Amino acid sequence: MELEDLKGLIELLKETDITELLVEKDGTKVKIKREKIFSSVEIPSQRAASVQETILRETEEETQRLITVTSPIVGTFYRSPSPDAPVFVEVGLRIKKGQVLCIIEAMKLMNEIESEVDGIVVKALVENGQPVEYGEPLFLIEPL
Amino acid sequence: MKLFKKILIANRGEIAVRIIRACKELGIKTVAVYSDVDKNSLHTKLADESICIGPASSAQSYNSIPGILTSAEITDSEAIHPGYGFLSENPHFAEACLTSGITFIGPAPESIRLGGDKAKARQVMKRRGVPVVPGSEGAVVSEEAALKTAKKIGFPVIIKASAGGGGRGMRIATAEDELERLYFMAQREALTAFGNGELYIEKYIPEMRHIEVQILADGKGNILHLGERDCSIQRRHQKLIEESPSPIATEKFRKKLGEYAVKAARAIKYKNAGTVEFIVDAEGNIYFMEMNTRLQVEHPVTEYVSGIDIVKEQIKIASGFPLEFRQTQIKLSGHAIECRINAEDPERFIPCPGTITFMSLPGGPGVRVDTAAYNGCVIPSHYDSLVAKLIVYGRDRAEAIARMKRALDEFIIEGIKTTIPFHKRVLNDPEFASGNFNTGFVERFNSPALPAK
Repeated sequence: MELEDLKGLIELLKETDITELLVEKDGTKVKIKREKIFSSVEIPSQRAASVQETILRETEEETQRLITVTSPIVGTFYRSPSPDAPVFVEVGLRIKKGQVLCIIEAMKLMNEIESEVDGIVVKALVENGQPVEYGEPLFLIEPL
Repeated sequence: MKLFKKILIANRGEIAVRIIRACKELGIKTVAVYSDVDKNSLHTKLADESICIGPASSAQSYNSIPGILTSAEITDSEAIHPGYGFLSENPHFAEACLTSGITFIGPAPESIRLGGDKAKARQVMKRRGVPVVPGSEGAVVSEEAALKTAKKIGFPVIIKASAGGGGRGMRIATAEDELERLYFMAQREALTAFGNGELYIEKYIPEMRHIEVQILADGKGNILHLGERDCSIQRRHQKLIEESPSPIATEKFRKKLGEYAVKAARAIKYKNAGTVEFIVDAEGNIYFMEMNTRLQVEHPVTEYVSGIDIVKEQIKIASGFPLEFRQTQIKLSGHAIECRINAEDPERFIPCPGTITFMSLPGGPGVRVDTAAYNGCVIPSHYDSLVAKLIVYGRDRAEAIARMKRALDEFIIEGIKTTIPFHKRVLNDPEFASGNFNTGFVERFNSPALPAK
């Protein structure tokens, strides 16, 4: 039995509520035991870590599927048509292709930036009123 | 009166770096703008702030008036230095700066407009007593008018575009039967290149030297000149080597040239740094050619012999300061030469963009290198091929030539082809050393090197 196999077994034990494990393979016997107190401290943190890892992996996959809307010009980014008006798009909103996402102001001209796909707004990356440069990411859109 | 606190540089490459250097020495903050292929360009790293303004195409980046003005606005820049090329001689841009409340570091829009209208400029200069090459009064309106003028002044004649520059829209007619055909060719070329087909005609001077004068004007009545630059070593109207003083200039000649240049600047109410270009024929006659209403590529040779930092003067003038010296205080000494090192095949001058895998700059006494290149940098194919300007200074022309040869030997650029070998050949040429050459030099010099067809 290799060291890696042992490690695997220990991991297996930690992920469950089992306190004792007996394995017999090719004439080698391994018995792994742990105290209840030890397990009650260890399990939650291990679980949290693995949950976190899963989320991280999912985010990475998600980002690959997401579309990044970038600024076509240098200017000032606005999320609403006027200071008092509601924002063009909220995060989580379902949008249609051609729908206005924001405004980039350049030389007193308001340039409306439209979505190139049907989708859901996953994230707004720039704060209202901030200057943006050419190619700067503005929104993440999940295409539908 | 105060200097600007922050300046945006609407350019790239070595000239952007040059302007950032002047700003740093004056304690002025800088903003660099760049296209996405210039993300790792030196000017973006040296400036205090950098903004990506568009894709590689200069129409959407370095020539984008909205992009540049917006960048100035969001960074609170008080002034814009346009460098050379791009928007530097665009009167619409200078005007747009004015209306946006941002200072354009250069002359007024009207001066730029007049400088850009070569036929009109000729007319204005003639009226003000600056000699011009015999030719048409302003533009020629038709091929008949062109023929009439040509017959009057005598063949050969040169047909030039009013909006021209850099050799485009230019044709030389040696006889009457060629004129009509060449007139229409020049017109079409001018229309395509400049969107303006207006032409004018001058007597063609085959054996000419290109000699220009650097001027500084503070807009408060003080206009002075910083001597001449001889730019006769050129290929198809593209300058390759420039020097100051001109090997043919006497004190008397320089004084006359300077007077014409100041007169020309006064005629178009010039403010800031500019250059008046002259044609000098084999007999030493001086004729006004055109006025360049911007900083020139070859300004460092004048900086060496005059001791004046032209870019700093530009910034001070634009900030509203009067010039601190008078003509009598300008002392020119020594000799300076500049070689333009281009990313080009040294035999056939075909552009050779790519990655510089290794570079080692020359140094030592009297050597200056203006460049934005560094080890591992990319010379993109979207812009001009200038990689570095190598400028040397010596007590006299002989020392400057020896120093240039030494510096060219030290200069190592690997990964791309450059014009260094071409410059080495010119610097070792007896005709160049004699100082007795004209604008036909490169053509004669280069023809034996080309394979026979």
